Amino acid sequence: MELRHIEPRHLLQGDTGDWEVIIGLEVHAQVSSESKLFSGAPATYGAGPNENVSLVDAAMPGMLPVINKYCVEQAVRTGLGLNAQIHLWSRFDRKNYFYPDLPQGYQISQFKDPIVGEGEIEVEVTPEDTITVGIERLHLEQDAGKSIHDISPSNSHVDLNRSGVALMEIVSKPEMRSADEAAAYFGKLRTIVRYLGTCDGNMDEGSMRADVNVSVRRPGGELGTRTETKNVNSLRYVRQVIDFEARRQIQVLENGGTIDQETLLFDVKTGETRTMRSKEDAHDYRYFPDPDLLPLVIEQSWVDEIKAGLPELPDVKKKRFSSEYGLSAYDASVLSMERDKADFFETVAKGRDGKLASNWVTTELFGALNKENLEIGQSPVSAGHLGKLIDLISDDTISGRIAKDVFEIMFETGDDPAKIVEERGLKQVTDTGAIEAAIDKIIADNPEQVAQVKEKPKTFGWFVGQVMKSTGGKANPKAVNEILKKKLGV
Amino acid sequence: MTKIENHTLSSLRDALKNKDLSSTEATQAYLSRIENASSLNSFITLTADKALDMAKASDAKLTKGEGGDLEGIPLGIKDLFCTKDVLTTAGSHILDGFKPGYESSVTSNLFNDGAVMLGKLNLDEFAMGSSNETSFYGPVISPWRRNGDTTKITPGGSSGGSASAVSAALCAGATATDTGGSIRQPAAFTGTVGIKPTYGRCSRWGTVAFASSLDQAGPITRTVRDGAIMLKSMAGYDPKDSTSINQAVPDYEAVLGQSVKGLKIGIPKEYRIDGMPAKIEDLWSKGIEWLKDAGCEIVDISLPLTKYALPVYYIVAPAEASSNLARYDGVKYGFRADGDLPIDELYEQTRAQGFGDEVKRRIMIGTYVLSAGYYDAYYLRAQKVRKKIFDEFHDAFKAVDLILTPSAPSAAFGLGEKSGDPVSMYLNDIFTVTANLAGLPGMSVPAGLDEQGLPLGLQLIARPLDEETMLKGGYVLEKAANFKARPEDWWI
Repeated sequence: MELRHIEPRHLLQGDTGDWEVIIGLEVHAQVSSESKLFSGAPATYGAGPNENVSLVDAAMPGMLPVINKYCVEQAVRTGLGLNAQIHLWSRFDRKNYFYPDLPQGYQISQFKDPIVGEGEIEVEVTPEDTITVGIERLHLEQDAGKSIHDISPSNSHVDLNRSGVALMEIVSKPEMRSADEAAAYFGKLRTIVRYLGTCDGNMDEGSMRADVNVSVRRPGGELGTRTETKNVNSLRYVRQVIDFEARRQIQVLENGGTIDQETLLFDVKTGETRTMRSKEDAHDYRYFPDPDLLPLVIEQSWVDEIKAGLPELPDVKKKRFSSEYGLSAYDASVLSMERDKADFFETVAKGRDGKLASNWVTTELFGALNKENLEIGQSPVSAGHLGKLIDLISDDTISGRIAKDVFEIMFETGDDPAKIVEERGLKQVTDTGAIEAAIDKIIADNPEQVAQVKEKPKTFGWFVGQVMKSTGGKANPKAVNEILKKKLGV
Repeated sequence: MTKIENHTLSSLRDALKNKDLSSTEATQAYLSRIENASSLNSFITLTADKALDMAKASDAKLTKGEGGDLEGIPLGIKDLFCTKDVLTTAGSHILDGFKPGYESSVTSNLFNDGAVMLGKLNLDEFAMGSSNETSFYGPVISPWRRNGDTTKITPGGSSGGSASAVSAALCAGATATDTGGSIRQPAAFTGTVGIKPTYGRCSRWGTVAFASSLDQAGPITRTVRDGAIMLKSMAGYDPKDSTSINQAVPDYEAVLGQSVKGLKIGIPKEYRIDGMPAKIEDLWSKGIEWLKDAGCEIVDISLPLTKYALPVYYIVAPAEASSNLARYDGVKYGFRADGDLPIDELYEQTRAQGFGDEVKRRIMIGTYVLSAGYYDAYYLRAQKVRKKIFDEFHDAFKAVDLILTPSAPSAAFGLGEKSGDPVSMYLNDIFTVTANLAGLPGMSVPAGLDEQGLPLGLQLIARPLDEETMLKGGYVLEKAANFKARPEDWWI
């Protein structure tokens, strides 16, 4: 197994020396598709219990699976987005076990021959620290239904809406060495699938969740036994699981104990993991090729077609934002993280000053959206309007200061900035005569300050403030400065 | 007017077209025969009202000179095919009360062509068996008896109800399924024609699964012509079955009577097994002569992997079955064990009480061969041998057009004579499983009687999708054998 070289900053200190944490993630990403992987039933979230269930999903006798081509296409897209090898020949296997929310008594998955093989992605842990994480494989599989135990004290209920929904299981190589790296990787996967539109990435709704594999070892030593914590559905929880597990395992080992190869559950209330099943209870899944399905054979030409239709991916976009708009690495990263944000920015920046656009988008707009807890898609300020606002600044119609006021109004009303400026008379006064008149009046009214300004140049600002006040902030600051300097002789 | 029991499917078709009798009359006649034949136990469910409704609808069409290829023809449906709103049991206790809300593709095809359903035919539980003795609904009795003997004889299995009903003229034809010989062996045992088409010819959608990679539907009928007519209606591409073959279905009936001159017939020496009754050997030789007389060229061939077919079959089929039958868990439909049980016990009790011994045996075999540590030695190896068997047939068919063998290694046996010994029961399939493993079409044609007066059949195996050549050959055998024997209506 190829493992990264050891960096001291990744090591955890125990009582008996340093430890290295080895982390691998198996991420389940629900394919964004209208219908399920092997049935025509809707795969949409939020339907009433058992409303999205076909005869196939309920495993009625004699029902047969038929592969959903759209889901296959999404797996290929995702594979390409992960810079991974696409397997033109893959196969579905049955994973056999009994559970009420698994009506067939087996899950159709890909065991030996997944549709996507090895790949790798770049993950920015901090602006200064970018790592490459290897992808082991991606395969398609069915989701199970949901068992509900809290409706009745004596009975369990089963909701099969999720039964048969298409999942992509993306398995990383064990190449992460800290909670930060794992969280950054998980976040990056989310960014990529959202960019590709292959998964909505909604962790709250369970569209994306991770099985977190953690082991510890002496730096560079033999790999330790790993534990697998199932169904972790937020970046924060991924961090907590790793921190907790690493510490727990180190403690066990340092006290002379051994780590059991267990499957664990994460308790969000306590922040701790607990045993779900031990190795002894591990299922024998009796995988074998599903005889109801033919091997999945796809054409290279189709893969090429899909590849040609891929959107620009975040890494490429980030580099382009830096070079094309002169953005800092940080701003380029923030703006390329999500496709809709990046698109918003580009609409604003097109034909305008990129840095100015970036400042307005990242500082003013994102700030305001965060405050109101809104997504970019819900922004009351459209990209077109924000661009117009920047135009109004650039052509000196309004000052930067007034622009912030205008932005606030835009955010409240969703109005066109030009209309706001017009209706509220916020147009910058560039008429030097009017500015001169205002300055003359201030000089005449304040002889003491005039006398002082030559000895105390800092008081010049006071004059600027007075002029702005008397013009209601609409005076062009540049003109005010120039005329003031001339008149005051500073 | 011809008595209903003397009609074949094709003669009935003609009679209906000529308005010699109505579908309602034919249906009533069969229903009355079925009622009198309850001692054969060939039907699990009789759908008399539905049958008469369908017959009435057919008569309306027939009067106008309209209707499909099977318009108004009363059929029996093996109770492995899901039939909408009609109890579907698969011969198992575990499907108690199960009435599917859907119609299997095969029965849909038949009904679209105008067929009338008389009822659901008995079978071995989940089609697992060769004597129809594993059915939860009790064994089916063959209308045939040994000369001067009243011992109850098996009609074979798993399509025992289909074979018995057709043989006793309780229906014009019957659907059946064949996973290892379940169409051909019962046909051979009852003097009927059984056709297992190429894997993928008939859709599996809506047919209760036994072993997905082997299961194939086909007809059991009185004559080769009847089989050709029924198969044409049953077969066809179905996008709901991923293993269905997307190729037009030919008019099978049209090839009957065409010359077989110059066809090369392979005679595999490995099918000459120890202990096979001399009468079967004789009949096989006769079959060779009949085809030779019709202008065929006889070619001795060797299929050395034949001896592995049965062991391979009894690994692959149970493996798939163990997984296919996992859905019968008492949670969703069918039988559920009594009591307020925790989930694991609910599974255990439901399946312990709901499945019969043979089904349990195969689930256990299947579970074992797929288990970690045994998978490679059993399942994987069996799949490799299966591929070699396929290749062996593929090679053989480079030199021959058809392969002729006996259908079964013995005539029908008495009830209980083999049920205590699973292995000797499994040996019934020795000549038929190969076609399932290789996905090839095979058919059994009645060819004669043994010394005790019980029917014997000959099997033809053809290239994939070459049912036409097989039917041509079968028609020649049928003509030459001139098999006219009929069981007496002793059960009435």
